[in-house]
Amino acid sequence: MQGEAGIASRSSPLGKDTAYWGMVLLPAVFLATLYLVPVVSVMVRSVTEPTLGLDNYAVILENKAIRNVLGKTVYICAVTTALTLLFGYATAYAMCRMPEREQRLMFFLVILSFWISVLIRTFAWIAVLQPQGLLNDILIGIGIIDRPLRLVRNDLGVIIGMVHYMLPYAILPLFANMKTIDPTLVPAARALGASPRKAFMTVFLPLSLPGLAGASILVLIFSSGFYITPALLGGGKVVMIAEYISVQMSETLKWGLATSLATVLMLVVLALTIAMSRYMDIGDTGKKA
Amino acid sequence: MATEENRQKVEMSRVVAWMTTCFLVLPILIVIPVSFTPKRYLSMPEGEWSLRHYDVLVSGGWLSSIGDSLLVAICSALLALAMGTLFAVGHWRLNNGVTRNLRLLLLLPMIVPPIVHAVAFYQAWSILDLLDTYLGLILVHTMKALPFVVLSVTASLVNLDPRLEQASRSLGASARQTLFYVLLPQVRPGMLAGGIFAFITSWDEIIVAIFITSRAVYTLPKRIWDGLFDNVDPAIAALGTIMIIITAIGLLIKDWYEKAQKT
Repeated sequence: MQGEAGIASRSSPLGKDTAYWGMVLLPAVFLATLYLVPVVSVMVRSVTEPTLGLDNYAVILENKAIRNVLGKTVYICAVTTALTLLFGYATAYAMCRMPEREQRLMFFLVILSFWISVLIRTFAWIAVLQPQGLLNDILIGIGIIDRPLRLVRNDLGVIIGMVHYMLPYAILPLFANMKTIDPTLVPAARALGASPRKAFMTVFLPLSLPGLAGASILVLIFSSGFYITPALLGGGKVVMIAEYISVQMSETLKWGLATSLATVLMLVVLALTIAMSRYMDIGDTGKKA
Repeated sequence: MATEENRQKVEMSRVVAWMTTCFLVLPILIVIPVSFTPKRYLSMPEGEWSLRHYDVLVSGGWLSSIGDSLLVAICSALLALAMGTLFAVGHWRLNNGVTRNLRLLLLLPMIVPPIVHAVAFYQAWSILDLLDTYLGLILVHTMKALPFVVLSVTASLVNLDPRLEQASRSLGASARQTLFYVLLPQVRPGMLAGGIFAFITSWDEIIVAIFITSRAVYTLPKRIWDGLFDNVDPAIAALGTIMIIITAIGLLIKDWYEKAQKT
C-alpha cells in the first residue's frame, strides 16, 4: 500500500508536492493577512486622510518643522554610520590578526554587548553621561573641568548611544567577511614589493568592500528608523523621524501625517535593502572575476 | 623596516579595537555597581552597599511584568518556530520562483522599521479589537520573529542532500513520516538557534509594545521604558545586572555546546 503510494506520487509530481505547498502557504497566508494588510493600509491611509490625494506629502516637503526633523535624521544617521564603520572596520581588522585566545575574548565581549537589551544599554548611558553622572563626576574629581559637561539631551548623547548600539552590527559582518579573505594575499603583495600601505589599499581594502558596503547599509537601515535611543538620550531636544511619527500618532493624532512619514521611511529602508542585496551581488561577481 | 611598519599598523588597529571594545562593554558594566546603591536615585554606592533595589524586583510589579514577558515570548517563539520551520523545509523542497518570492515576504518584518510596525498594528489591531491583549502582542511578536527562524532553519538545510528526502519516500515513508523522522532531526540545530532568537526578539521588543499595549498586558521592556521616563529608577540597574549575568552565562553555554558538538 505504501509502496503503491510512493509509485503513485512519483508519477504525479503535483500530488507529491501538495504537502510541501501546504507547509509554504500556511505561514505565507498568515503573514499576508495579518502583516501585509496592516502595513499596506498605512500607505493607503497616507493618501486618503484627511482627503484623497498627495496633500500629506506636500506638507512633508513644505513644512519647516518636518524638514528640520528629516534633516536632523539624515545628519545623525550619517555621523553614526561613519563613526560606526570607522571603528567597526578597525576592530574587525585587528580581530582577524589577533592570537586566537585574544580574538575569542573580544568576540565574546562584542557579542555580549550585542545581546544586552537596548533599554538597559540606554539606561547605562544615562547613568554615565547625565550631568551628575559618572563621567562628569570623574572629570570634575580629577580636576579637568569644574562644571558638568552637557553630554545628554543633545546630538552628542544621541550619537554616542546610537554608535554604541550599531557597532556590533558593523563588527560582526565585517569580521565574517574579512575572515574569508585569503590571509596570504597581503604578505604576497608585500613580497612582490608593495608597500604596506599599497598592499592594504590595493589588495585588502577592495576585497573587504562588499562587507563594508553591506555593513554600512545595514547600519544606515537601523539608524534611520531608530526610536528608543534618540527618544531617551535626546530628551525631546533631538527629534528624529521615528519619534516625530510617534508624536503625530499618539499626541497630535495627525494620522495622515504619521502614515505618510511612515511610508517615506519604509520606502527609504526598502530602497536601501535592495541596494544592499545588489551591491553584495556585484561584490561577489567582482570577487570571482 | 617595512615589516616593522606593518606590525605597527596591526598594533594600532589592535589598540583601536580594544578601545572600541571597552567603549562597548564598560558603560554596560556600570549598571552592576549602580544596582547596589543604597540611595533612591541613580548613583554609585560610596562605601555602603545595599540590596534594596533587588528587593523591589521581587515585591513590586516587576514580577508580573516578567510573567507577561515570559508568556508572550514563549507563545510567540513556539508559533514562529512552527511556521518558520514549515516554511523553510517546504521552500527547500520546492525552491521555485513562487516560494522565493514568498520567502521575501516572510523576511519583510525584519527589514521594515519598528515604528512603521507600531503605526500599522495600532491601526489594524484597533479595528480587530486586539489592542492591549495577549493575543494581539503574541501575533505581532510571532511575525517579527518569523524571519529569524526562517533564516536559521534555511541555513541548516543548505548542506542537506535533497536525495535524502527522495530516498525516504521511495523506501515507503509517507510525507509526514519523512518530515518528522528524516528532515526535522536534520534541522534541529537551526530550529534551536531560531527558537532562541525568536524568544529574545519577543522578550526585548519594546516599540510596538509601547503603542499596542497599556495596562492589561504590561511586559518587562514596557515597564523599563516607563521607568526610564518617570524618574530613572535604580531598580532598572538591578534588573540589568541580572540580565547581563544571564546573557553571559547563556553565551558561555553556547560556546561550550559548540565545542562539545565539534569533538
